[in-house]
Amino acid sequence: METAVSHVDPRLARLRRIAVVPAYNEEGSVTRVIDEIRTYDPGFEVVVVDDGSGDRTAEVAEEKGARVLTLPYNLGIGGSVQTAFRFALENDFELAVRLDGDGQHDAAYLPALIAPVLDGDADIAVGSRYLTGGGYRQSAHRHLGNRILAGAASLVTRERVTDPSSGFQALNRRAIELFANDYPHEFPEVEATVLVAKHRLRRVEVPAPMRERLAGTSSHGVLKSTYFLAKVLLALFVALFRRHAVPGETR
Amino acid sequence: MTPLTVSIAGAVGSILMVLIVLELIRKRRLKERYALLWLATGIVLLILSLWRSGLNTIAGWLGVETYPPAVLFAVATFFILLVLLDYSTVISKLVDQNVTLAQRLAIVEEKLRARDRP
Repeated sequence: METAVSHVDPRLARLRRIAVVPAYNEEGSVTRVIDEIRTYDPGFEVVVVDDGSGDRTAEVAEEKGARVLTLPYNLGIGGSVQTAFRFALENDFELAVRLDGDGQHDAAYLPALIAPVLDGDADIAVGSRYLTGGGYRQSAHRHLGNRILAGAASLVTRERVTDPSSGFQALNRRAIELFANDYPHEFPEVEATVLVAKHRLRRVEVPAPMRERLAGTSSHGVLKSTYFLAKVLLALFVALFRRHAVPGETR
Repeated sequence: MTPLTVSIAGAVGSILMVLIVLELIRKRRLKERYALLWLATGIVLLILSLWRSGLNTIAGWLGVETYPPAVLFAVATFFILLVLLDYSTVISKLVDQNVTLAQRLAIVEEKLRARDRP
């Protein structure tokens, strides 16, 4: 675990670092995600969260030597990644990255993603599909939904948010601690953006294109996207009237 | 004025409801915390059923002139909505606890497996 590789930033090599990989029925892609993370930096403790999969996601990940947190039933993406953040907090990890088990997040962009966190410029860095210049191919209803949410999140946080639903993230200890203690269960990323702002953590976006999923099927249809949009907008609206504890002020 | 038969039926129904709730508590099939709202519902409906002039007066305040027992329905509906809303908060809390429990289980299980690993 202590292997330091020459191309890894020495500041990164000093840290206890964890790669969080949420996976729900991703036996076809999760091993490749694990491999890609290790190719970039073998020093990452790869933790796969098996969200009640019906396939062999947990087995194949374990055979790859990843640590697997197996949930007894499906909690959704938010409940999954929070499990890993709790794990990271309890096991004293200092830096976390999150890449989804479907392979849509490209580990080649990890250095760019981690850089602002290592530089101390951000508590959380988020890969944005919309800062890459090139277009991101997605269905019209999802694109519209993303634009609405980006606008709403920017309004609420008073910061420029281009890709509030991106799950490609790098977090320092403060952000890990926040998410371990408080994280939305369903469609969590947009709400988490507001959570981060309310706690006065610094969030930056880094250009990072996303790939087509490697295998399996996407979990969003039109109906689900509409529910997603309604649910998240309600959460954002309510968040405006909620006073969050700010670390340092209350603790 | 409320027809006497409506008042009697309302009173019998309310008493029955209170008795059922008390019996469920006695058998430990209903926690007191969740019984309280139901008991309050039964008691308020009982009072409004027996206190005929009172129901009339309240109906007058609300502008219900033709049929005072309508107030009985309205009050019953209001209390049922309260109970349902209370249940939604209970479910939300249970979901939160359930999630935390599942997460703890996953972490502890992994720790156990790691210990057994050579």
